[in-house]
Amino acid sequence: MSRVAGVTHMVGTDGGLIRFGPDRSLRLDSGAHLAGLEIAYRTYGQLNADRSNAVLICHALTGDQHVASPHPVTGKPGWWPRVVGPGKAIDPDRHFIVCSNVVGGCMGSTGPSSTDPLTGQPYGLAFPVITIADMVRAQAMLIDALGIDTLFAVVGGSMGGMQVLQWAADYPERLFSAVCIAAAARHSAQNIAFHEVGRQAIMADPDWRGGDYAQLGVRPEKGLAVARMSAHITYLSEAALQRKFGRELQRDGLSWGFDADFQVESYLRHQGAAFVDRFDANSYLYITRAMDNFDLAAAHGGSLARAFTRARDVRFCVLSFTSDWLYPTSESRSIVRALNAAAARASFVEIESDKGHDAFLLDEPVMIGALTGFLDAAGQARGLT
Amino acid sequence: MNAFEAAQAREDFHEILRLVRPGARVLDIGCGEGALLELLAREKGIDGRGLEISPLGVSACLSRGLAVVQGDADRDLADFPTRAFDYAILSQTLQAVREPRVVLNELLRIADRAIVSLPNFGYWKVRLSLLATGRMPMTGSLPEPWYSTPNIHLCTLRDFTELCADLGVRVEASSALSDGKPARPMESARWIENWRAEQAIFLLSRPGSGERTAPPASYDRAAPKDDLFAR
Repeated sequence: MSRVAGVTHMVGTDGGLIRFGPDRSLRLDSGAHLAGLEIAYRTYGQLNADRSNAVLICHALTGDQHVASPHPVTGKPGWWPRVVGPGKAIDPDRHFIVCSNVVGGCMGSTGPSSTDPLTGQPYGLAFPVITIADMVRAQAMLIDALGIDTLFAVVGGSMGGMQVLQWAADYPERLFSAVCIAAAARHSAQNIAFHEVGRQAIMADPDWRGGDYAQLGVRPEKGLAVARMSAHITYLSEAALQRKFGRELQRDGLSWGFDADFQVESYLRHQGAAFVDRFDANSYLYITRAMDNFDLAAAHGGSLARAFTRARDVRFCVLSFTSDWLYPTSESRSIVRALNAAAARASFVEIESDKGHDAFLLDEPVMIGALTGFLDAAGQARGLT
Repeated sequence: MNAFEAAQAREDFHEILRLVRPGARVLDIGCGEGALLELLAREKGIDGRGLEISPLGVSACLSRGLAVVQGDADRDLADFPTRAFDYAILSQTLQAVREPRVVLNELLRIADRAIVSLPNFGYWKVRLSLLATGRMPMTGSLPEPWYSTPNIHLCTLRDFTELCADLGVRVEASSALSDGKPARPMESARWIENWRAEQAIFLLSRPGSGERTAPPASYDRAAPKDDLFAR
């Protein structure tokens, strides 16, 4: 444990928990301040001598800091094995990789399940509403504390991509390059609608108890599982679902009841059940709300291009997938249009895939190739070996 | 020969290299794997961007450190702001777009000058081929049979210069390319050129908008109009 200017580090060589003192509270977009902020993070690789090789990876809605190492609860390998690892596009042998749990999350960073210093109880709904910009502000505090001035790259998919865009808007001078995958600069009505179904499922669970379930020793597992099930459908394409399950049955013949007769039902139930073991229902409410409130153009006088006016020296790579109907290519194109209008260095590839939104997590050779080529060329320009 | 040497060997690229001012902002439409952009960056220190329809082409460009957007000349030029570039290059593509008039106007909206190259359907070998065989001509610069060629709007030099006049586009310079020989300056309106040029490269501008000689200090004037880019 070390103590530097109001910051308490509990770190191993590969990350840990950082706690900011009362003088370093996190200013939130809502006007509130979050005192005693804690950020849980992981690092991989070494920061080089001139501190020029740091890559920040921003995780998606239900992701976490364990991007390239086993998840402590599930024991599953890191969530982005095809992109992060030795010999991969983001490589601990060349890059100093940082990934932190977002503020509002439930994997160690301050969130609604953390203890409210005012009451000594879990925050629950007393936790302030947070935004994508708040998440990014907290990441910037972490990066400061790690002694990093400029990031070689900030990289993320889905909600992680939203954070990448927010970084480009708020801290462009601290970025050399930015990779935004399968994301959008704002949430559409359809995006908000699906999230609202999830939130209502959680709140309709009697065990949610107005958000105070933790104090009462219960968990709204049914509601959270339904939220996950409905969201999971939006991560897959119709074609992928059909290919994977079709109308295949779990057993021979129908049950003539409401068991999970179809394989797709069983799959979704499994997804829901596995999710509640590793995720907090209130965090789900807060993070989906942060995504719904995200509208980068609105925060810049209605002009997305204006959000990027200071980012013209940043190298951007924007990627989308043909079958992603959650954040379709048209959303990425409007990001690219705004980047062009701001005269930023924008590159864009639409990748042919039938795997839907989740394609960014999967083995998509064209995505891997584009990402590797982009980061390698940026690394050369940055003088990384 | 590597890709860079191959690019250096192309006579049309040589001519484009000659036409582009050092340090200019250049948009290469249909930039393929980025060979021309890379050549222009190395030899002329340009600030380049590309538009390319194939994802693999864009990926190759990314590996070269080029800023390239996947898209198509017919649909996606509208995404670029007005007068953001000094040059818009459209190499051997105008005859393959759905709306050549629209694309030509777009080039001169986006950039002060357009560099357009195209095969000349009035080239004597093309005329002779049609006359002698009675079939759609296939030549060195028009190698595909009619049913699989991407060229849906072939024209002669005369057609093209008349279109430019129609659209109020000024031909600042033109040169002919034939049989892989170095480019030769020409008077594109002369009837003889319509016979002997296999391909032509044009430097185009719109009178009244291409008068500036010095490049702008920054992209500031390319900042978006709110009505265009506000959502």
